[in-house]
Amino acid sequence: MDEFRNKEIAGSLIQKIKKTSTRPVQLMEVCGTHTVSIFRYGIRSVLPQHIRLISGPGCPVCVTPNRDIDFAVALCRQEDVVLTTFGDMMKVPGSTSSLQKEKAEGGDIRILYASLDALKIARENPQKRVVFFAVGFETTSPTIAVAMIKAREEGIKNLFFLNSQKQVPPAIRVLLQSKQLGIDGFILPGHVSAVIGTKPYQFISGEFGLPGVVTGFEPLDILQGIWMLVQQVEERRSSIDIQYRRVVNEEGNPLALSKIQEVFEKDSGQWRGLGEIPESGYRFRELYKGMDVRNFEVEVEPSREDPGCLCGEVLKGVKTPLECSLFKVICHPENPVGPCMVSIEGTCHTYFRFN
Amino acid sequence: MVGSYRHSVTLFVLSISRLRAETHFGVQARSRQTLNDTGFVTITFYGVRCMPQEKILLAHGSGGRLTHDLIREIFLPPFTNPILEPLDDSAKITNRHGSIAFTTDSYVVKPLFFPGGDIGRLAVCGTVNDLSMIGAIPSYLSLALIVEEGFSFDLLKQIISSLHKAAEEASVMIVTGDTKVVEHGAADQLFINTAGIGWVKPGANLSGMNAKPGDKILLSGTLGDHEIAVLSQREGFKFHGELKSDCAPLNDLASKMIDACPTIRCMRDPTRGGLATTLNEIAAMSGVGMLIEEEHIPVRESIRGVCELLGLDPLYLANEGKLIAICPPNEAGQLLNVMKNHLFGIDGKIIGSVTEEHPKKVILRTLIGSHRILDMLSGVQFPRIC
Repeated sequence: MDEFRNKEIAGSLIQKIKKTSTRPVQLMEVCGTHTVSIFRYGIRSVLPQHIRLISGPGCPVCVTPNRDIDFAVALCRQEDVVLTTFGDMMKVPGSTSSLQKEKAEGGDIRILYASLDALKIARENPQKRVVFFAVGFETTSPTIAVAMIKAREEGIKNLFFLNSQKQVPPAIRVLLQSKQLGIDGFILPGHVSAVIGTKPYQFISGEFGLPGVVTGFEPLDILQGIWMLVQQVEERRSSIDIQYRRVVNEEGNPLALSKIQEVFEKDSGQWRGLGEIPESGYRFRELYKGMDVRNFEVEVEPSREDPGCLCGEVLKGVKTPLECSLFKVICHPENPVGPCMVSIEGTCHTYFRFN
Repeated sequence: MVGSYRHSVTLFVLSISRLRAETHFGVQARSRQTLNDTGFVTITFYGVRCMPQEKILLAHGSGGRLTHDLIREIFLPPFTNPILEPLDDSAKITNRHGSIAFTTDSYVVKPLFFPGGDIGRLAVCGTVNDLSMIGAIPSYLSLALIVEEGFSFDLLKQIISSLHKAAEEASVMIVTGDTKVVEHGAADQLFINTAGIGWVKPGANLSGMNAKPGDKILLSGTLGDHEIAVLSQREGFKFHGELKSDCAPLNDLASKMIDACPTIRCMRDPTRGGLATTLNEIAAMSGVGMLIEEEHIPVRESIRGVCELLGLDPLYLANEGKLIAICPPNEAGQLLNVMKNHLFGIDGKIIGSVTEEHPKKVILRTLIGSHRILDMLSGVQFPRIC
């Protein structure tokens, strides 16, 4: 790890960026882990002032819409349901409650580190309906697909999935089509790209004439990725390049992609802040439809969002958390109003911790 | 609709925002039990004000922001007095004979046994260290057990034996105790409470309120060993490399440091909330800023690896055998030597300095030479670490 945090090399990359960049430029870092890394290593403090980094919608917790949280809340109020989830989802506020509150009220909610753990719980509790709240981008989807494949192979009948998975490239297209932002280039997600490769991003350069660089998460990765983008902007080039070569190649991970293909097909997805985006989500293929928890008959309250919450605008990169009147006043990690404050990769949470 | 509010920072939009948030979950503010008697809520200039909570959350025990709010809002108001207010690791009670340090602590660690220690050793070391941080010679401890019905006698004997060994190592006596047994399920096997007293070394004047611009900040060794050891035992993680709690009595080290440098401003052991939280506490109490050099902070390779895998930050992990010392700049070299010549300080480093700039804020100079804010812990990383 130390080789990717070397001060001398960082200094050299910073000098290259300063020498290369002559004009104001706005770069969007799409991925939540990039948001955290950029703050953690103080990247903004070493860049020239005219290079602006905007955080995008790459935090899967943050873009989960209220109606999915409300559905999960309704599920865990059922007597025979065990709800399993990644830890970050616990504190996300829905319309009137959160999983953390439901757990405090006696709901059987269990935090998992991996989706395969849900199979174990289902096996050990045959009399219960075990539901896994499937939230994530393409990095996570293969593991969820494998969990579903294994469940079917083992004949496990009491495991279900609340599907809220998303795909990143369609969200980038929506941002570019909205023309609200003057984005000059994209710092593209490292681990999503390890799965999907670079082909799904080609429209960024092909249709919109903008560059993108798939970047790693260490400080030297980010600085090199920014330098590669700045070079393209200065030279008026636009191509999709890979900085994170030690993990990512153009084809992605065919095995992971095949698992996703086996279980899911593309469907529209509902994104907090961005609305409905075609082909940005998944539905289950016929063989796996029996695991879809949306077949349950459950009464779910009508969804609503706090009108003061600016998460939607923050996710699109149109506003920063500093422009939200609730930020640090009412909304903070112990009392999040919106999901951007809950997730450790959420823009608001990151601003709160590091800004 | 929601009662009236008085803000020390008065902004109309703030009031409206607060009204919106107050009714976010459809709950009327007037019905919230945690509003004080007058129904007024003030926004302090510490920064963020907590919304009145309806129930205790795990985060209230994390040692971070919510813990501080709980102490400030619920515990301090009825008990305010000059001895309590410094909120140092121990209380210092002074009369014509000298000063006595007095502390109390509770231990709810899960699991009870972990690499490098157990709840018994933790109970002694934690109490001894709290007394040592105020410059006291720990002498006498009380020991109260809350044991669950059905708890194994063998395990209890193991814990008591470990407690006894730790007490001998620290040269303290257990002089009074209590035992309660509760129904199965009511105490998750075993909880321990202790209190400790000791005379403060003559001339020692250590407090979190004493840090001054120009002072140096020393750390006695590697971060995160305890929390990662407990966590890996609890979750059944199998990692390569040494993962062992650093649980240790620091009274001998602290005493030697005070003898070598009577002008030490303060010492603290960074337990729950980690180094970052403890530094923020001192910065706030003393009204000073701090600049910390990340490259000087010692962290074992094995701990770094686990942190990278699990997305944890070693600066926020609990330690049970480390101390921070703040001293005048001309004493730092000598103090570091004393530290490094002691078993529990061999990895000691000077990690930063106290500044006049950015008061009450701790700034970290990162490995690549950039700067960022190092804030207090928000939320909870993992519960029941000590």
